[in-house]
Amino acid sequence: MANVFAFVETRGTDVRKVGLEAVTAARMLAEKSGGGEVHALILGPPGISAKAAQVGQYGADTVVVVEHAGLVNYSPEVATATAADRIKSGGYLAAVFSTSAQGRDLAPRVAARLGVSVVTDVLSFEIEGDTIVVRHPMNIGKVIATIAIAAKPAVIAMRPNVIAPAQNAKAGRVENAQPSIDPATARVKVIETRQGGGGKLDLAEAPVVIAGGRGLKAAENFKLVEDLASAFGNAAVGATRAVTDDGWRPHSDQIGQTGRLVSPELYIAVGISGAVQHLAGMRTSKTIVAVNKDKDAPIFKVADYGIVGDVFEVIPALTAAVREAKKHH
Amino acid sequence: MKIAVCVKRVPDMDVRFRIGADNVSVDEAGLKFDINDFDAWAVEAALKLKDKDAGSEVTVISLGPDVVQETIRKALSMGADRGIQLKADKAPFDGLAIAKALSAELKTGGYDLIFFGKMSPDSSNGVVGPMSAELLGLPCVTAISSLEIATGRGTAKRELEGAQEIVEFPLPAVLTVDEGLNAARLPSLKGIMAAKKKPLEVKPAQLGEPQVTVRKLELPPERKAGRVVGEGAAAVPELVRLLQTEAKVL
Repeated sequence: MANVFAFVETRGTDVRKVGLEAVTAARMLAEKSGGGEVHALILGPPGISAKAAQVGQYGADTVVVVEHAGLVNYSPEVATATAADRIKSGGYLAAVFSTSAQGRDLAPRVAARLGVSVVTDVLSFEIEGDTIVVRHPMNIGKVIATIAIAAKPAVIAMRPNVIAPAQNAKAGRVENAQPSIDPATARVKVIETRQGGGGKLDLAEAPVVIAGGRGLKAAENFKLVEDLASAFGNAAVGATRAVTDDGWRPHSDQIGQTGRLVSPELYIAVGISGAVQHLAGMRTSKTIVAVNKDKDAPIFKVADYGIVGDVFEVIPALTAAVREAKKHH
Repeated sequence: MKIAVCVKRVPDMDVRFRIGADNVSVDEAGLKFDINDFDAWAVEAALKLKDKDAGSEVTVISLGPDVVQETIRKALSMGADRGIQLKADKAPFDGLAIAKALSAELKTGGYDLIFFGKMSPDSSNGVVGPMSAELLGLPCVTAISSLEIATGRGTAKRELEGAQEIVEFPLPAVLTVDEGLNAARLPSLKGIMAAKKKPLEVKPAQLGEPQVTVRKLELPPERKAGRVVGEGAAAVPELVRLLQTEAKVL
């Protein structure tokens, strides 16, 4: 029986889905160890403490809330110092973070401060005696490693979307705390967080991803992809490297080896040939659909369902059909 | 300015990997190796600063066996000034062990800026930059996609999920580089010739005891072969039916 720490990622006063996934993962680890407690840490600006109860619903026995006016934006140094102090004092079996932009920044800093190693992009975990054993993709997902973590605590960052946040209400005792360092004294300061395209779903979190490639022929034709995404209502729009290199879409939309990794329920590739570097970013999607005019395109080798045809003809028809199907739900 | 860039030699990913006989490494036979893309962009970021301030010196550091000297020479041929190999039989998976060896070397260099690529595709862990920063006690900004340096301070942009952060930091600092910051220059013939004469020091890597060990490598299960539902817009109703009844995603 051992306690597990979870870092709950926020943006402004919003708890991010990956934060709830971290709590769920920590709960699973605590259960596997024979039923320990989960202690969650959440940092944010005034208003964040109202979210603490929600974290308890997902399996946190204690929710430590650090509410501070200086935390409107992510502060890497405040988060590192506060998380490291908490973890140090808790004697935890493991500390769970998220493999998000923020988690990739934070988890290694915290681990280094604790003098322990860290494994990111964790797909699954087991406990063997007092060792935590995790699975982690290597070589752009073409190899899966089983890794034993001897460090105490084991610091891991979960891949988004591999563990669904699960309701498992625990006491959720709320404990208010101060940040370990004054945000005003941090050397690195995030002076602004610019939201891109209001209300759009994020690629890593969306259940459906529609991605466009060179087959769309011009930047303005991404409207076809956006229309299909809006027909689904729960879809995010991505792109290939060729498209982001040409400036049709921002680099942050790139799915692939050097870009974003996604594993949605449904992935629709529109005018994408299926270069290795693109497949690296989406091959773990549950269902893959490809529409391409070249019947020999490599994308058809990984697609569950393919349509050989002109995207300018097929995608509007698919958009209309999805709209119709959604109407009946 | 004194600038360091840490680079890694990685295999080309455009192949079908085989697991080695030891079950814990990839069979390297027939693989092509080059500098990690993110690290090449990190070298480019350093060289861009040197372009503006000719008095700058760019040092390239790589940890691993003697073959990493090729990777260092590549960066020297792009325009970096000198190289340091931290010699080890292989680069371990453990990011903390690597960060310890790199920071032991970096702390003696008096660098104003230390660049890393944000991750390498082989170990796909992405932790060595921020861990080194922490061990060095330096400010750190990870995964930057823009950078401006002026009078001892810097401003960088980071891409988040559906948002961007604008970050300010003082020098000296550690930065890790994302795609989009720049495009790496190709070495010129003159650069390649000059690189052969540039200094390359070899020192033993002070790797710590590893805390994480790879127990086993496996190839992921192949996706089962898909099917072409049909051709053109006429195939859309059948696709929608399959998405509803078989895949149950609509």
